[in-house]
Amino acid sequence: MSIIEISDLVYTYPGASKPSIDGLSLNIEKGDFVLITGPSGCGKTSLCRTFNGLIPHFYSGELKGQIIVAGQNISGKKTFDLAKHVGLVFQNPENQLFALSVEKDVAFGLENLGMSRDEMRKRVDWALNLAGIYDLRERSPHEVSGGQQQRVAIASVLAMQPEIIVLDEPTSFLDPLSAERIFEVIYKLNQEQGITVVLVEHRLDLTVKYANHLVVMDKGKICFEGNPRDLLCNEEISRIGVGIPKATLLYKKLKAAGFDINKQIPLSSDEIADQLLKVLRP
Amino acid sequence: MITLKDVHFSYANNIEALKGISLTINDGDFIAIMGQNGAGKTTFIKHFNGLLKPSSGTVHVNGVETTKTSVAMLARNIGFVFQNPDNQLFSETVEDEIAFALKNFGFDKETIEKRVTWALDFLSLTQYRKTSPFLLSGGERKRVALASVLAWDPETLVLDEPTIGQDHEQKEKLRQFIMQLQAKKKTVVMVTHDVEFVSECNPRVILIRDGKIVADGIAKDILTNSKLLKESSIVLPQIAQIFTKLSPLGLPADIIDLDEAETVILSKAKKEA
Repeated sequence: MSIIEISDLVYTYPGASKPSIDGLSLNIEKGDFVLITGPSGCGKTSLCRTFNGLIPHFYSGELKGQIIVAGQNISGKKTFDLAKHVGLVFQNPENQLFALSVEKDVAFGLENLGMSRDEMRKRVDWALNLAGIYDLRERSPHEVSGGQQQRVAIASVLAMQPEIIVLDEPTSFLDPLSAERIFEVIYKLNQEQGITVVLVEHRLDLTVKYANHLVVMDKGKICFEGNPRDLLCNEEISRIGVGIPKATLLYKKLKAAGFDINKQIPLSSDEIADQLLKVLRP
Repeated sequence: MITLKDVHFSYANNIEALKGISLTINDGDFIAIMGQNGAGKTTFIKHFNGLLKPSSGTVHVNGVETTKTSVAMLARNIGFVFQNPDNQLFSETVEDEIAFALKNFGFDKETIEKRVTWALDFLSLTQYRKTSPFLLSGGERKRVALASVLAWDPETLVLDEPTIGQDHEQKEKLRQFIMQLQAKKKTVVMVTHDVEFVSECNPRVILIRDGKIVADGIAKDILTNSKLLKESSIVLPQIAQIFTKLSPLGLPADIIDLDEAETVILSKAKKEA
């Protein structure tokens, strides 16, 4: 079942001379883990802003085409109606934090839904723990580090338990181990609770192993999409500037040198190491 | 040359961010500073241009103690690109942003024009020359911040997370540029979490944990030490991860380079065949 359906979308920001999204159609199934990548400035962030109606309701500008999210056409819906279905984690956490304490920021969306105090307390603690910031709950979100702010933004969205979580480079300020933990939490929510995830990332080495649907954008359009394994075999996508994981590159280099270790192209270091161990173990 | 001697630094809330750091950065060094969130990396580099002054200990930049001069004087030699470009950008157009420091340093009009054009072209920003930096994407804004510093060709370049929001092609361009600066004996210090970028650049790596330097060495040694990295909340680069898992095969474990990885595996395969 489709949860996001975008057809023939063209969007131009107010005052911009050319469209940021230029004829884009995309179908996302419920429960998908979608990874969106492409050169900076290709329209990834703009696309994310359409999922909860920030485009066009907040940014205005000119929009053509149709966007249906959770069965509703966003053009007739307010962003706060869509917020029940879609949680968006922005690239720059400073743009989304505003409360006096971390836990108030995390509770804000729930208060607006009119949730009971007890239930809210449970949800907030659950989200703070998942994001690894329970100890920071009484600090001001503006006093904590950039990486910690990103966790607050993620916790605020997790607390809402939306059907769809959209994350725009959500861990760029985080150290690698913290980033990996956040991705694991999101992957677990996707696998266990069927939450649809849309993740924008340049770093495929960290993230492609989670995705079942890879979307490569360039110049406001989708140029490739499909199964990540199939796409990473395609030489064209490296030409657009997509960073292929080193595990996959190593596999390709070995194959080109006449050493083919497996039929299946590896997406992670674990996969290629297992393949190599099978072939090379005496 | 930048010399730090037993530098301690506490913020106003009495949190001690640096707990005795001694280090010499020589002209022409290329250094990556790594460590977990909150380890003190940004606090540390802010001592290089006097934005922060030590609570105790000393920092000398080219022989001058930072407490005895101004940030403006120090800024003439050291170009800073901050983590979040929004803290650094303020002009109405990308072109003005890049020209700003050049104008302040009193370059003539012709030189300014030449440098701005070069920086726009180098960072793939020419099409945005007359655009407001605030209309650009996150990755593009980061490149504007970088362009505004590269344009005036400082002797020392300090980059806080330069690869955030950058695609593979931009990262590769940045790497090549840093290599050119190296050839010109310029000093480059970058704070980064990007282990893949570090493994491609192969700099001297300094690991900071809890306000102290816990390791200082070549990338190949530090980025293959899984225990050390884990304590700093850093993961091994992908090639090192692969070779750690391949340890039962008796292959060398200290490999971070893709080409070297290929050579080692092919020669192992030949032996087995």
